[in-house]
Amino acid sequence: MKQHYQLAVIGAGPAGLAAATLAAERGVEVAVFDEQAAPGGQIYRAMESIPQHRAGQLGDEYQRGRKMVSAFRASRAKYFSETQVWSLNGRRELGLVRHQQAHMVTADQVVIASGAMERPVPFPGWTLPGVMNAGAGQILFKAHGIVPDDGVVLAGSGPLLLLLAWQYLHAGVGVKALLDVTPMMNHLHALPGLPRALLAGHYITKGLGYKRDLKRAGISTLHNVRSLRAQGKDTLQSVSFLHNGREQKLETSVLLVHFGVIPHTQLSRVAGCRHVWSDSQLCWRPVLDEWGRSSVDGILIAGDGGGIGGARSAEHAGRLAAMQALYELGAMASDAQQRLARNDRKWMREELHIRPFLEAFFRISDDMLQVTDDDTVVCRCEEVNAGQIRAAVADGHRDSNQVKFLTRCGMGPCQGRQCGEAVSHIVAVASGKAVQDIGHYRERPPVNPLTLGQLAGLHPEEAE
Amino acid sequence: MFKRLDNSTQGRVNVTINGQPVQVPEGETVAAVVLVLDLPYTRTTPVSGAPRAPFCLMGVCYECLMVIDGKANQRACMEQVREGMRIECQQGTGGSRS
Amino acid sequence: MKADVLIIGGGLMGFSTALHLAMRDTRCIVLDKDSPGRHASGVNAGGLRQLNRHPAEIPLSVVAAGMWRHIRELVDSDCDTRFPGQVRVAENQTDLQSLEKRAAMLHSLGYQHEELIGREELYRLVPALARHCTGALICRNDGYGRPFHALDAFRRKARSLGVYYQSDTRVDGVVQDGVEWRVSTLQGEFRAPVLVNCAGAWANHIAAMLGEPVPLKPGAPMIMVTERLPHFIDPVLGAAGRKLSFKQMQNGTLLIGGAHMAQLDLLQERTEINWHKLALSASSVMTLFPQLKDVRIVRTWAGLEAFMPDNIPVIGASVTAPGAYHAFGFSAHGFQLSPVVGRILSQLILDGTSELPIDPFRIDRFA
Repeated sequence: MKQHYQLAVIGAGPAGLAAATLAAERGVEVAVFDEQAAPGGQIYRAMESIPQHRAGQLGDEYQRGRKMVSAFRASRAKYFSETQVWSLNGRRELGLVRHQQAHMVTADQVVIASGAMERPVPFPGWTLPGVMNAGAGQILFKAHGIVPDDGVVLAGSGPLLLLLAWQYLHAGVGVKALLDVTPMMNHLHALPGLPRALLAGHYITKGLGYKRDLKRAGISTLHNVRSLRAQGKDTLQSVSFLHNGREQKLETSVLLVHFGVIPHTQLSRVAGCRHVWSDSQLCWRPVLDEWGRSSVDGILIAGDGGGIGGARSAEHAGRLAAMQALYELGAMASDAQQRLARNDRKWMREELHIRPFLEAFFRISDDMLQVTDDDTVVCRCEEVNAGQIRAAVADGHRDSNQVKFLTRCGMGPCQGRQCGEAVSHIVAVASGKAVQDIGHYRERPPVNPLTLGQLAGLHPEEAE
Repeated sequence: MFKRLDNSTQGRVNVTINGQPVQVPEGETVAAVVLVLDLPYTRTTPVSGAPRAPFCLMGVCYECLMVIDGKANQRACMEQVREGMRIECQQGTGGSRS
Repeated sequence: MKADVLIIGGGLMGFSTALHLAMRDTRCIVLDKDSPGRHASGVNAGGLRQLNRHPAEIPLSVVAAGMWRHIRELVDSDCDTRFPGQVRVAENQTDLQSLEKRAAMLHSLGYQHEELIGREELYRLVPALARHCTGALICRNDGYGRPFHALDAFRRKARSLGVYYQSDTRVDGVVQDGVEWRVSTLQGEFRAPVLVNCAGAWANHIAAMLGEPVPLKPGAPMIMVTERLPHFIDPVLGAAGRKLSFKQMQNGTLLIGGAHMAQLDLLQERTEINWHKLALSASSVMTLFPQLKDVRIVRTWAGLEAFMPDNIPVIGASVTAPGAYHAFGFSAHGFQLSPVVGRILSQLILDGTSELPIDPFRIDRFA
């Protein structure tokens, strides 16, 4: 590993792969830092190791990644796998850990392509062993061919849930029920987005196709489910909920939940990039221009880490960010950049047609976002519940950070990744303010594990 | 709770889980391995001792912390199994054994 | 809005002063440009330390130590304080000699709270320490608390006694109109016959408005906190030959400071960690506790502190304007002094005199 690269790309999902491949093709010295063992990110995870028959079970969107990964491998971009970035600052100094050693690396241009994570929505019993994210189910399936062996209940809202149900169907997994918490009213609110969504009709037909297959297979899908609760002593035993006003209960030892996807913003925050609250996406996202430039010089953000747009849109965003980086590095002239960008812009626009509709259709209810049950654990790490957070607000602590200082929520190992969103919502409602005024936890490095020994190792000969 | 669809003998490695020797497929993460082995929990919390198990499997929830080769607070979902690896459930506050 | 005393700054100095005044039936208003305890008071390392203080601070620190022991009586909360003592270890002959000199100096001034101990006693107290240390200076009465919780307790107690405070209220002008101070903010004007400047890293702005600017330098010392560990060390630890402060908190996390400074942009209120310098703190920890090499650093930060050139604060009456008082510039070691500083200010304001010697802290000593 060198101490300096012209372009550093963080993440090897579609955005990172596309950015690095394009930049390397143009002769720029690129390093890709990826926490995974092989390229693909989450969406194309295990692309290089997955057996063909399993890849087939995942559907053809997944297969698309194969070309991307091959092109990347064939390029001259340097690939550093199992490398975690724990710090990035305004001068584009990266702190990394690789093979248990810490390094500092600088770059002239940085593309953050760290992607997204599932929106954590606390509900009663969500911390029980046996409750996991739907994405976790997908990772087990993609990477290891592991599936629930005694049936599974899926719950939540969003295309990923539907996709997983369909993938499980084709893998012979018993899906006991799909509990859709999407509020009925969303169907109405999403209508304005429908005409534009039809321009990306292939997504709609695909989704309808999944639904039809599930129906034909007799998989029970319940809509407008409310009051989701996971129950059990020390481990998940059942799931209760309200459906059409009736209280129902399903026995299960595995519950996979999904409430949408939100950008990873730890690194972009720590680097000082400006973020805004997007009410349509219900998430914080970095402020970016049409090339992906953030508010910090030389730092670009591409893919879902900049705002949820999906895998294909991420590819185009990665390429556009690379073009901007190439221009800034003097490796591409302005008119060449504009010309090259035209197709990616067009295709990205097309990819994004579906978004307003999806965002409105699968919008999580305020009830769920605000964690109305006081006893529900919100901060999993420090075991702070919704009631304690509301009490802190009542006592005069009026933003996420003050609540954190008082209750310790957000101070545990995950540093607020799982509770930050919920705390912002709870505090907003409790103080009668908008989420953007409540803000978010202040992000501080290291954003990935760094040990005292590793930090000390930056200076093998110590001199105080 | 979980099973492998394909039980063929791809490369296997020997590890111990809570002291018990077990053969597991090479290339799997520790989290995947313990889920297939039906471990009822992978850690207890430092605040209340509540049992927890892997949640996100992608390194962002820090729920799957286990003691691996004597080191506490290791994310089981980010560690691939290795020959001779010692895997233990973490009880409460983690800490390196000195 | 009007009151008897207007206090600028809602950190510990501001709320301690407000509390002591309110305890003597004085109506106070506290204004802060952010939220209470947003800066130094909320994010410092929580040390309750008499050990190794500047001689001018010692009389105050000794009284403050007594107040922290009984802090529940003052603010209805123990602020999660612990008093396992603090040690300053010597790692070689030079260190030991400097500690011996210090101990002698203190005894000559009549103080007994710092004691020299040898290897045997040191390792009895800190068995986890690496074996090369030769002795230490100890203050057995020292300890630590939780800064934000302490601030919160002071705030709530003050509020219960009628203190009014307002957040997000930045003072942009201070004018003396006859016997009254008129303080202007975007949220309106505040008036009182007495004004107190507890504005921390921004105190010089206020001092300048009073015609008495001082060579205050804002700085941001870096701190790291680790994951929780099983309890393995009781006293707070420093080292004679290193910039290090090391303690294990009530919840098992380690708090490691070292007076290494982050990069600071005061206007933007942004700090940037200097990893190469912080690596030196980590190296120090590795030399003293090599068994901690795999311990994860969960977070780093750098709170905004006000440093004075002689490393001791400004406490006392204004020299340019009657009815104005100052308490700022605590140079990253104000937490422990906060209860007594509030009492001193209340005495200055209400009695015209302080029961403790504060002459070394005069605002005009820099001329």
